[in-house]
Amino acid sequence: MTPFRRHWLASLALYALVAVICLFCLFPFYFAVVTSFKSGSELFSSSLWPQSVSLKNYVSLFTLSEQPFLRHILNSLGVSCGVVALSLILGVTAAYALGRIEFRGRGLLLMTVLSVSMFPQVAVLSGLFELMQALHFYNHWWGLMLPYMIFTLPFTIWVLTTFVRELPKELEEAAIMDGCSPWGIVVKVFLPVMWPALVTTGLLAFIAAWNEFLFALTFVLDNSDRTVPVSISLISGADKYEVPWGKIMAASVLVTLPLIALVLVFQRKIVGGLTAGAVKG
Amino acid sequence: MSPPLSQMTRARRRSAWVFLAPSLLVLLLVAGWPLARTIYFSFTDASLESIGDASYRLVGLENYVGPYGVFNFGTRAGFWHTDWGVAMRNTLRFAAVSVSLETLLGLVFALVLNADFKGRALVRTAVLVPWAIPTIVSAKMWAWMLHDQYGVINALLKGLGLIHANLAWTADPAYALWAVVLVDVWKTTPFMALLILAALQMLPRDCYEAARVDGIHPVRVFFKVTLPLIRPALMVAVIFRLLDALRVFDLIYVLTSNSEDTLSMSGYVRREMVDNNYVGLGSAASTVLFLVIGACTLLYLKISRTRLGGPESH
Repeated sequence: MTPFRRHWLASLALYALVAVICLFCLFPFYFAVVTSFKSGSELFSSSLWPQSVSLKNYVSLFTLSEQPFLRHILNSLGVSCGVVALSLILGVTAAYALGRIEFRGRGLLLMTVLSVSMFPQVAVLSGLFELMQALHFYNHWWGLMLPYMIFTLPFTIWVLTTFVRELPKELEEAAIMDGCSPWGIVVKVFLPVMWPALVTTGLLAFIAAWNEFLFALTFVLDNSDRTVPVSISLISGADKYEVPWGKIMAASVLVTLPLIALVLVFQRKIVGGLTAGAVKG
Repeated sequence: MSPPLSQMTRARRRSAWVFLAPSLLVLLLVAGWPLARTIYFSFTDASLESIGDASYRLVGLENYVGPYGVFNFGTRAGFWHTDWGVAMRNTLRFAAVSVSLETLLGLVFALVLNADFKGRALVRTAVLVPWAIPTIVSAKMWAWMLHDQYGVINALLKGLGLIHANLAWTADPAYALWAVVLVDVWKTTPFMALLILAALQMLPRDCYEAARVDGIHPVRVFFKVTLPLIRPALMVAVIFRLLDALRVFDLIYVLTSNSEDTLSMSGYVRREMVDNNYVGLGSAASTVLFLVIGACTLLYLKISRTRLGGPESH
């Protein structure tokens, strides 16, 4: 791109900075991986690579019955997928209405939706506690889908609306002329072209739900219904003073790897989605 | 316009509300109603049990200004030494320091990522890694790295001769809040960098060509051209982060176990509500936090209003 050559010192400085940035971003995760393969006294040596690779920590995660880690992963997967599906279904029609149809109060509605996404979670904590108990959603992993909508739905509506708004006007004109119903327009005309935005928002909603901690900690008490972030925060050793760091790191690596895989595959889409809300506005 | 078309417009408007109804209902159910109830509970003596059978009673402003309320100015040590005062102080200090650091570092990251170098796409992916890692996981990872006896950070600093004895990063009141800031900076600088990078990539290239031809120093170009042009996007990113920092909870809950020295406003709410079972008091505190964040949100909306008006204008 640049038609001029950089001075070699400038190049050196640039690559040094790049190296520092990469080290800064990647080292903690690398060290977690290394720790997860260490066992016994090696754990406490703070060496930067394991002397011998041991899978003991990983095995112990899945064999202890008092901490059913596999079950927790499945719970998290279920909640996250459910939340993604619900927010996309609700978000698509809402985004079509907000992005393509002129009506009074649209600006105000968009503002309201946006401000909900900025809610501090604790501001609704006691109200939600009452609601969850009244609906008998309390203490069930699937019950978490309801409170999670508070942060996934506004975001989904917002990003999908900005996407739908950018689409060319001609797109639906022909369908309107043909007398297609609004529902038909959404399903036949918009849904097929909205895939990129759906993937992006779906991914971001998934990651947000997968990582959520406060609601999961507060609204689920039974060990069998916990999600992984809470599960990791509660991993403990035989006694209070012996923290099983190797096991904690193994669990951390396991729940993070799928996310890193998603980031590697969908890097562009994720960045696009993150910036859509804030920069393009 | 011909009559059938306007009829169609009316039909479309009607359908807009039908399309919006499910989402609005859900938002009302999970956000509007619980918020209203939480504010209501802040005027009662509710506990986790009495919420269930509605046996709580109204106590007026007791939870706000009473002897055990959040705004207790009557203590000998003064308001800023009450738990809520400390939580407010911690949160504001954390938010101010971490958001400033993230903005500065994010700017540096973004400028580097915007330059041409081999493997740029790969580095951009690497930068996303801290963002993708769950907060709980990053808190645990750093808790291990910052461990007072076996932590790699202490080992490294001792190896370099910078410290002589191990430091208890997450337990020592002198360092605990800064450890939280460090982890937050690590985790969210990438987000900041990507937002700024997106703004940088939308800048007109010819501007820079002209500046380069005229032989203007790059640093001057940065302050005179780049910074003013990305300022709106930068402001939005800063406020986004600020809103997030003001409600910080999980990082502190795990990294320092919600200790007194690092208790945040959200941490205080959760502690009073769930651990101490003072739902009324906790609700009062969360209402105050909501108002603080609401004020920041209004500020954000005011700043971005011009750009939000987009659809109406074209």
